[in-house]
Amino acid sequence: MATPKKLPATDVVVVGLGWAGSIIAKELADEGLNVMGFERGPWRDTAVDFNLASATDELRYNRRQELMLRTKQNTCTMRNTPAETALPMRDWGSFHPGNGTGGAGNHWAGITFRFQPTEFRLASYLQERYGKEVPAELTLQDWGTTWEEMEPHYDAFERLAGVSGKAGNLNGTVVEGGNPFEGARSREYPNPPTAQTYAPTLFAEAARNLGYKPFPVPSALASQAYTNQYGVTMGPCTFCGFCTNYGCANYSKASAIVNVLPALIRKPNFTAKTNAEVLKVTLDSTGKKATGIIYVDANGDQFEQPAEIVVVAAFIFENVRLMLLSGVGQPYDPVTNTGTTGRNYAYQTANSVRMFFDDKNFNPFIGGGAIGMGIDEFNNDNFDHAGLGFVGGGSTRVTPIGAAPIDSRPVPPGTPAWGSQWKKATVENYASSMSIGCEASSYSKRTNYLSLDPNYTDPHGRPLLRITFDFPENDLRMAEYCTNKVAEIAKSMNPRAFFPSPRKGPWANTSYQSSHIVGGFIMGADPKNSSVNKHLQVWGVPNLFVVGSSAFPQNPGYNPTGTVGALAFKAADAIRRLYLKRPGEMISV
Amino acid sequence: MKTTLSLCAGLLALSLGTANAASGGDSYNLVQKGRYLATLGDCTACHTQPGKPLFAGGVSIDTPFGKLVGANITPDPETGIGGWSFEDFQNVMSKGHAPGDKRLYGAMPYTAYTKVSREDNQAIWAYLQTVQPVHNPVETNLLPFPFNLRSSLIAWNLLNFEEGEFKPDAKKSEQWNRGAYLVQGLGHCGTCHTPKSLTGGDKNDAFLAGADLQGWVAPNITADPHAGIGAWSVEEIVQYLKTGANRFDIASGPMAEAVEHSTQHWKDEDLMAVAVYLKDDPRTDWPKPVEPLAADSPAMVAGKAIYADRCSACHVGSGEGIAHLFPKLAKAPLVNAADTASLIRVVLAGSRAGGTEAAPTAPAMPSFAWNLSDENIADVLTYVRNSWGNSASPVSSAEVTDLRDSLNER
Repeated sequence: MATPKKLPATDVVVVGLGWAGSIIAKELADEGLNVMGFERGPWRDTAVDFNLASATDELRYNRRQELMLRTKQNTCTMRNTPAETALPMRDWGSFHPGNGTGGAGNHWAGITFRFQPTEFRLASYLQERYGKEVPAELTLQDWGTTWEEMEPHYDAFERLAGVSGKAGNLNGTVVEGGNPFEGARSREYPNPPTAQTYAPTLFAEAARNLGYKPFPVPSALASQAYTNQYGVTMGPCTFCGFCTNYGCANYSKASAIVNVLPALIRKPNFTAKTNAEVLKVTLDSTGKKATGIIYVDANGDQFEQPAEIVVVAAFIFENVRLMLLSGVGQPYDPVTNTGTTGRNYAYQTANSVRMFFDDKNFNPFIGGGAIGMGIDEFNNDNFDHAGLGFVGGGSTRVTPIGAAPIDSRPVPPGTPAWGSQWKKATVENYASSMSIGCEASSYSKRTNYLSLDPNYTDPHGRPLLRITFDFPENDLRMAEYCTNKVAEIAKSMNPRAFFPSPRKGPWANTSYQSSHIVGGFIMGADPKNSSVNKHLQVWGVPNLFVVGSSAFPQNPGYNPTGTVGALAFKAADAIRRLYLKRPGEMISV
Repeated sequence: MKTTLSLCAGLLALSLGTANAASGGDSYNLVQKGRYLATLGDCTACHTQPGKPLFAGGVSIDTPFGKLVGANITPDPETGIGGWSFEDFQNVMSKGHAPGDKRLYGAMPYTAYTKVSREDNQAIWAYLQTVQPVHNPVETNLLPFPFNLRSSLIAWNLLNFEEGEFKPDAKKSEQWNRGAYLVQGLGHCGTCHTPKSLTGGDKNDAFLAGADLQGWVAPNITADPHAGIGAWSVEEIVQYLKTGANRFDIASGPMAEAVEHSTQHWKDEDLMAVAVYLKDDPRTDWPKPVEPLAADSPAMVAGKAIYADRCSACHVGSGEGIAHLFPKLAKAPLVNAADTASLIRVVLAGSRAGGTEAAPTAPAMPSFAWNLSDENIADVLTYVRNSWGNSASPVSSAEVTDLRDSLNER
């Protein structure tokens, strides 16, 4: 292959223009640095791409997945255990990597939780509370940071995304109506909660009757017109129901393309290179300094872009794969339990209880991906796990996304999958069925990890990323327990019938679960078992930062985007405040 | 060769500067002032093509008489204005006469620029000298016969042109006079917003009362409370010009460009002066609004249903819109305008608002040409024009058909 053409150097290269990359690029451009953002997909823009007259096309966006990465361009191979040979995913099933500016943050639902204070020192905390009772299969780790260090950055992301919600804990005082289990927040959400539709309202009533404390799910679907710190404006959500898998036509669902890029692209010291896939991060001969990146443009021509600072902020899979391909960190080996790149890969454990009523009409076509009510009594360590044989839990909530005509056909188990009986059951149940979800934790274990596949390559001849994953026993026990608790609430609502679906193994690619994938290049306090320090700075390569859910050592029972956004602000803050003054290792070990 | 020349010029300037430090400082100030004045005049609109060198000309300007092209006004001696003296420039601004007895067409708004003070023209001239010379020959006159004959402009000027610098009104405040100077002069607001006579001159008795602009409408910006911006406060006018949006409206089409290139960069005190002047209109005998159509007329009933389905998600049921994102339709000047071209156009073709430093979102209205018929569009616009305090003539489906045809031709 020809030597890549070397381009004039810039200050900062950012790989990926989703949430994390766009935020860091904006913050560093505001600092006056020359920033170049690289995105493997196209430039996306609400006005052009998510036109109101065509954005709500279920066939195009849901069935044909227009916003997702094409597996021909890049995919993963998968297997459940290290003993198996992994096979490539030729269609996305279990999760949906995004493509283009905005990334997966275009097609997300908008649920924007903060993680709880104990999460950031989870391994230590559970050890202190349960000692030997913590299942030995788990490889939980602390994050190397604290709630106090995270809070300002959660706050910045909530302001950025115009999150609508109700505080449950303001500066240590528990506030009625909010989530009493949340960490102390420095101020109220930037927007009040949205109105609630019928199903979440009924659920909240039932939960309250059982003594739980329901709260509005924090939502990046704006409840009112809102202008953020970068000057861009969101419109109030219209409950159209086209959130997950779709771009928002009303500027209501926060995303990098609504909340960051319109302001960023105006800056003369920022350049976006789209349809430009980064092939590797280049290192100098010592391996201790990143010198830039190699990328390939849409013509197949390769270029070297030198930079003083390299920020890798792609989707988790590409973050980890780029590090493996670039030789950053030692690849993780589950047999010897050595190496860091690829370690502590985890997912999310999705459970639900579906209910069918005779006497209710939920108008299920009204809704939003993050509009609903939730309870946190069965999440994480909010309940006593002594004697239960597992740790972890889930966020229980009713957030009915609009029931679109192709995909939403809730029929009771046992109904034929087609024909007149199926049609009849659809008519009977479409409007009178609802579901309670329980988005639960996914804890890391030794044999769940990411590595380069020995057999399959992408169009550039680079090995695909190989996922080795199955749900730990711990998580399956947790799923069973929490789903039963949710079923008790469902039963109290007096449906005609209800059907609990706790997550069962093995992990497969046949149906969608969630795109909440974490780990593989995790943060921590010790370079022996983590890849980046608490500033998202790569141990041993101080001018390289890797940001995203790849930094999570495990996944709690919450959606990850709020924390991805907070980590992006955290990394940008560290670079602005500390690194630029004294380039080098910000934490010495 | 060119490099050598400009290097010499640089050395010359340097030595002059050393000889007389005061003139060096003054020239800096003069050039900075001139640059700001050139922004006020929005010279780039006609003289700079997007992505091309500053002031190198080549922007095509559609007029009812045919096509004109913005000249190269860089200091290039051959193809620009490098051979001109300041007096040549002053004559262009005040008289519409270019060197060589070349009379300019009114697309170069000398009918407004004649109001600009000689002192300000000196600053603009000083600034234009600092621009990078670009060799770019531009044929400015692409008009068909007989309009291409510049001699026809002698008669035109007699009919439509009154030469003379702005004379302040001693009875008004300094701020008001500054506003009047900017609106009538460099701002050349009337070039788009004042209706034109058959020969294309301003109808000065209807100053700023709105005009057709090649498929757009430059709305009425008089203090008329129904058809104009009489309901806007001074602060709301400033906000519109600074950010491209206020609670009533969002700039789109040609005004979006004017805001992006020019008004967002105006000093706040200048925008304030403009607003004070626009609000203080001596005219009070505004045309009485027509009675709104009855809500039960067939077009209103059909329009209401279409509005609920297609429009209300953004513009909301009450026509109030969302500030800075989706324009308010209730009591909006454009909605109540006699000329419906802009309204029909945005529904058919969609439109994108301007983005500014202060409001970078730049939202868009989608095209409904593919899923609304001419009659649907006529009905929904008739409904919008006669609801929530609006009252204006109904829109006919023939008007929509005509504009659809003309858009398809482009």
